[in-house]
Amino acid sequence: MSGEALFFLEVVISGLMAGVMYALVALGFVLIFKASGVLNFAQGVLALFAALALYDFIAPGGWVDDLFGFTFPIWAGIILTVGVMIIVAWLIERLVLQHLVQQEPIILFMSTIGLAYILEGVGDMLFGSDVKPLDIGIPQGASDWLLDNYGLYVEKLEVFAALTAAILVIVLAVFFQKTRIGRALRAVADDHQAALSVGVSLRTIWVIVWSVAGMVALVAGIMWGSKSGIQFSLSLIALKALPVLILGGFTSVPGAIIGGLIIGVGEKVAEVYLGPYVGGAIENWFAYVLALVFLFFRPQGLFGERIIERV
Amino acid sequence: MSDQAPSSGNGEDKFLVVSNIEVIYDHVILVLKGVSLEVPEGGVVALLGANGAGKTTTLKAISNLLRAERGEVTKGSIRFKGESIAKRSPNDLVQRGIVQVMEGRHCFEHLTVEDNLLTGAYTRKDGREAIQSDLDLVYSYFTRLKERRKSQAGYTSGGEQQMLSVGRALMARPSVILLDEPSMGLAPQLVEEIFEIVKRLNENEGVTFLLAEQNTNVALRYAKYGYILETGRVVMDGDAKTLSENEDVKEFYLGISGERRKSFREIKHYRRRKRWLA
Repeated sequence: MSGEALFFLEVVISGLMAGVMYALVALGFVLIFKASGVLNFAQGVLALFAALALYDFIAPGGWVDDLFGFTFPIWAGIILTVGVMIIVAWLIERLVLQHLVQQEPIILFMSTIGLAYILEGVGDMLFGSDVKPLDIGIPQGASDWLLDNYGLYVEKLEVFAALTAAILVIVLAVFFQKTRIGRALRAVADDHQAALSVGVSLRTIWVIVWSVAGMVALVAGIMWGSKSGIQFSLSLIALKALPVLILGGFTSVPGAIIGGLIIGVGEKVAEVYLGPYVGGAIENWFAYVLALVFLFFRPQGLFGERIIERV
Repeated sequence: MSDQAPSSGNGEDKFLVVSNIEVIYDHVILVLKGVSLEVPEGGVVALLGANGAGKTTTLKAISNLLRAERGEVTKGSIRFKGESIAKRSPNDLVQRGIVQVMEGRHCFEHLTVEDNLLTGAYTRKDGREAIQSDLDLVYSYFTRLKERRKSQAGYTSGGEQQMLSVGRALMARPSVILLDEPSMGLAPQLVEEIFEIVKRLNENEGVTFLLAEQNTNVALRYAKYGYILETGRVVMDGDAKTLSENEDVKEFYLGISGERRKSFREIKHYRRRKRWLA
């Protein structure tokens, strides 16, 4: 392969990997939006919060280490963090959503903005605001095998992240398609009222869906944290997830994945090949322009739920 | 079961008793102004009346789907098998055996027919086999649903969706189904078909029905007892037969006028209102 093509491939791959991260955050959005019609602005902060909690369970110098003089093994830390995210979901339902159920979507949306800042503040208070390196033993550095055989530079961490995301999506798909709770979640997404009428408790469903979103956030948090350390800018990737959602459709899980990948690749390729002509920094706004163009032509997104109309 | 008229007493041991309820939406709009009715176990009771009479609200007050629409029962009581159920959550009521089939069918459009039915069994804890056998039972009543079990509910016909919503309610093993406007938007033949199934379910499976209908003719043929609602009040009730022979009902709800028109002045309040609306 020529050097040129190889370089292009590397750019695309690194874009794909960034896209996986966006997709993970967008996935959390989609889950909550489908089940409750709430656009959860706090999804990015959930990822930050999860990563911070995990850090404090397992890292030397974290909370647990300070207080008790030991750290949890990584697997236990992950389980505990999942527990924390379920508690957070439960608290959110109890303290916020429950009281706003019958309000307009915009009010719920604003409440999630508030939630984002509260979570960020609480995270700051509990865990401190310095950048923390998260190391849960994910292999670092370039893949030697690809480098030696093809001359291709690919981060192991990124491959790991992509595989994890794929497994996560498969698990979620099975959960949604095959389980009783999953079916109820899809039912709620379709018709709240009808779901109520067959005895589905919306409150339970909301706690479940926020917990699942919390777990997805944990995976996203782990990946970002391992890549560039846990820092508060992580909560801003929620903003990157918005164009992903516009592209993929707010109600589609595959849409979130594909949308994430398109945005990831698109902005990397644009940055590298168009950047020099316009002075760079395309990466920061490319996604939004793409989303805007998309809104003109396909407002429901690539995979947005088709509105069934019988004629 | 010849006499199903509401009897006096506190309704301690009655099946389903609604007494004198008032319903207010959004803290201001008074929709029901003291509705009382009684549904005996194993009965088919019809709630009749025009648009906005309060039929749907009455059903939703019983199933407590009101709360999701900012409605509230502010006075009166609703008792089911002797227990007050006015403050119960909808899912609790489904578990107790009260399931509502909403007006306009409300199927889960993107779920398959079979998934819709299985969602109906959400609250059940008696295991996979019991649910599977009920699924077969539902399919035996609604053979069309079996043919379409793998299609998305949104793409099935109106009649099929109505059947699906009744079948879905059945999957919860209810003792009473609150059936709201099953005839809406369906061809007469289909309406007949659905009411036939209601009758068979009532006779063979012992399911009690409280149905709200604008199609007075069909409803009175299949129900045993009827209540007529107007602007949030019960204005008349009686055996289905008595009602369908009543001159006022004939004129205003069945569209048959027996005698010559009287002067408007002689007409009772609810009749006068009807004329205005007509």
